[in-house]
Amino acid sequence: MEFLYNLLIDPFVQMVELPDFFLQVLWEGFVSGVLYALIALGFVLIFKASGVFNFAQGIMVVFAALSLVGLYALGMPAYIALIATIAIMGILAVAVQKTIFHHLVNQPDIILLMATIGLTYFLIGFGEFVFGGDPKVMITEELGLPTGSTAFDVLGGLVILQHIDIAAAVIAIIMVTALAIFFNKTRIGRALRAVADDHQAALSVGISLDQIWIIVWFAAGIVALATGIMWGARSDVSFALEIIAFKALPVLILGGFTSIPGAIVGGLIIGIGEKIGEIYWGPLVGGGIESWLAYVIALIFLLFRPQGLFGEKIIERV
Amino acid sequence: MLKKCALGVAAIAFAGSLAAEAVAEDSMFIPLLSYRTGPFAGSGIPVANGMYDYLAMLNERDGGVGGVKIVVEECETGYDTQKGVECYEGTKGKSPLVYNPYSTGITLQLIPKASVDKIPVLSMAYGLSAAAEGGVFPWVFNPPDTYWDGASGVIKHIGDMEGGLENLNGKKIGYIFLDAGYGREPIPLLEELATEYGFELLKYPVPGKEMQNQSSQWLNVRRDRPDYMVMWGWGAMNPTAIKEAIKIRYPMDKFIGIWWSGGDDDARAGGEGAKGYKAMNFHGVGAEYPALQDIQKLVVDAGKGHTEDGKIGEALYNRGVYNSVLMAEAIRTAQEMTGKTVIDASDMRMGLENLEITAERWKEIGLEGFAPPIKLSCGDHSGHHMMYVSQWDGEKWVPASDWFEPMTDKVQPLLQAAAAEYAEKNAPWPERTEPCAGDS
Repeated sequence: MEFLYNLLIDPFVQMVELPDFFLQVLWEGFVSGVLYALIALGFVLIFKASGVFNFAQGIMVVFAALSLVGLYALGMPAYIALIATIAIMGILAVAVQKTIFHHLVNQPDIILLMATIGLTYFLIGFGEFVFGGDPKVMITEELGLPTGSTAFDVLGGLVILQHIDIAAAVIAIIMVTALAIFFNKTRIGRALRAVADDHQAALSVGISLDQIWIIVWFAAGIVALATGIMWGARSDVSFALEIIAFKALPVLILGGFTSIPGAIVGGLIIGIGEKIGEIYWGPLVGGGIESWLAYVIALIFLLFRPQGLFGEKIIERV
Repeated sequence: MLKKCALGVAAIAFAGSLAAEAVAEDSMFIPLLSYRTGPFAGSGIPVANGMYDYLAMLNERDGGVGGVKIVVEECETGYDTQKGVECYEGTKGKSPLVYNPYSTGITLQLIPKASVDKIPVLSMAYGLSAAAEGGVFPWVFNPPDTYWDGASGVIKHIGDMEGGLENLNGKKIGYIFLDAGYGREPIPLLEELATEYGFELLKYPVPGKEMQNQSSQWLNVRRDRPDYMVMWGWGAMNPTAIKEAIKIRYPMDKFIGIWWSGGDDDARAGGEGAKGYKAMNFHGVGAEYPALQDIQKLVVDAGKGHTEDGKIGEALYNRGVYNSVLMAEAIRTAQEMTGKTVIDASDMRMGLENLEITAERWKEIGLEGFAPPIKLSCGDHSGHHMMYVSQWDGEKWVPASDWFEPMTDKVQPLLQAAAAEYAEKNAPWPERTEPCAGDS
């Protein structure tokens, strides 16, 4: 009986008794969701344009962030280092396309996936060789990003908002809007969608596959850089960040692999859902449920929408 | 970056030349199970550097220990238990003197193996606390303190802050820990002390994959409002936890980490807000010790190590040095006891068991005041030595307490019971056959 009370009643009682804390939980979940969405966005961009599940997205986050702090450590001003890092991500996009995917056009999806796994391990090794394995501090202030926090007296208590978290939310919204416009309103965006539907058909109407794929890898690189800056500011910049990328998987399951709005909505549902679950129901089983709860939430949604919230329903006729 | 690459190549070449010497002349082999890659590299690198550099310095300055050079071979584990076991299996054929797993998970795997292979395991202030019982674990050593000593030291310090252990009654102490063998190790002792002193122990596990995503754990801390927070973190978990504590405005002088949560980079990541954070320690920090100056001159400045400028003297670097001092002094002890210059693993075990570093000896080796005297024995492979609380002042660690003893009277009976339980669970656990010094 007590267990049922703790499971079904007590969490809601806590939410009502400490409304300021509940608000803080919602905010933290929102921020986590935004950050998950940023990671998921990198996956979606490449999958949407090439049908490739880019296993290397996580290490691209690390690589971009390490390049930024590494260049700054070499004496470059922060903004020059930022521009140089964007250039590095561009070079990486060209290199990846020319050396790997150019040769794999029309190969089965599994081959492309394996290629990104290979790329992941190469980037880990190369990154550790160049930057070393020790963690670095993100140059948050040097980039003009806000630090510190503001506390608000609400609902009889305190809600603390970190300025960097607010900045993360704003940057994520700007990036998503820009990408949505890019995909839907520009000629390149339409070409990108054509490539995603059928490589050969796109080639036959004169779309350059090389060019399109370089663009999406570059865009994913920029998203990776933004993700790396935001996550790095919350912790530090190290190869441990790579693991964070897998937080995007339940977001992708939920939001669909091809939908930018899906990545955002999915990210927010997962972020807020796992925080509420961990805080109010986690103590029932000793805590630490966050890592698998995200998948449970995603799978529950899949029961009702197998293609994901915003995924395309594909019907193949025989 | 290029300098780092060049240093890396030089270090590999140096290690290669050491290995070549090993083939050419008598030497002693010590594998270093390190992790310079992966999520725990931030903690693993300074420790490995300190260990490597001290032995390299002895080779350069003294021609090794007792005139015999030490051959060091690093094996990258990435803090992964399976890889650690592979490193062990891959190097045990090279007649190693001792293994330093640098991971409680790897240590737990090696304890039964090393006991059969008869190679000592030195898990300095980590690993299985019960392994301090030399009668049950003749091949395992965990000086200068076990985790249970460390946990008792933390509680003792909190008791001091509250004006006496009796005042802990009714208090709430939060325990945030890496949800792995390492972080779970002190829980039995903490639970025992919670029962005895009447405080409530609140546990906040951090899964390995969530080390950089701890906002949920710290939201719980904010809700539960523990009077003190204790941390058993490692690698990327530490700086993240410190930042999260700052974020929820937790009073940093009531946040105390075990010695492995007291790296300079860990605290530095928190910026100004980390000021006041505390961590346990059992050795000095700073680079002004003559032995460390020798490392600077003979190893770092000569380009024969991996250490970056300015890192010598940091807490985790000095811990690596401390680890190598234990090994070097155990070798010296074994050489004196056996009359041999080139010793084997069995001799090393004897050297460790009879290890004694007096204040005078610390001075002789150029580390006066670095740590209190150390003494191990046949039955006590840890020694339960003195420790102190250090505090981050915004730039460096400074002492925040005098040296003090752990609660050995509380810990010792529990260790004995835990050792007996381990032997029972792993039956048939081999009876100790190794004689103690002085036995005929």
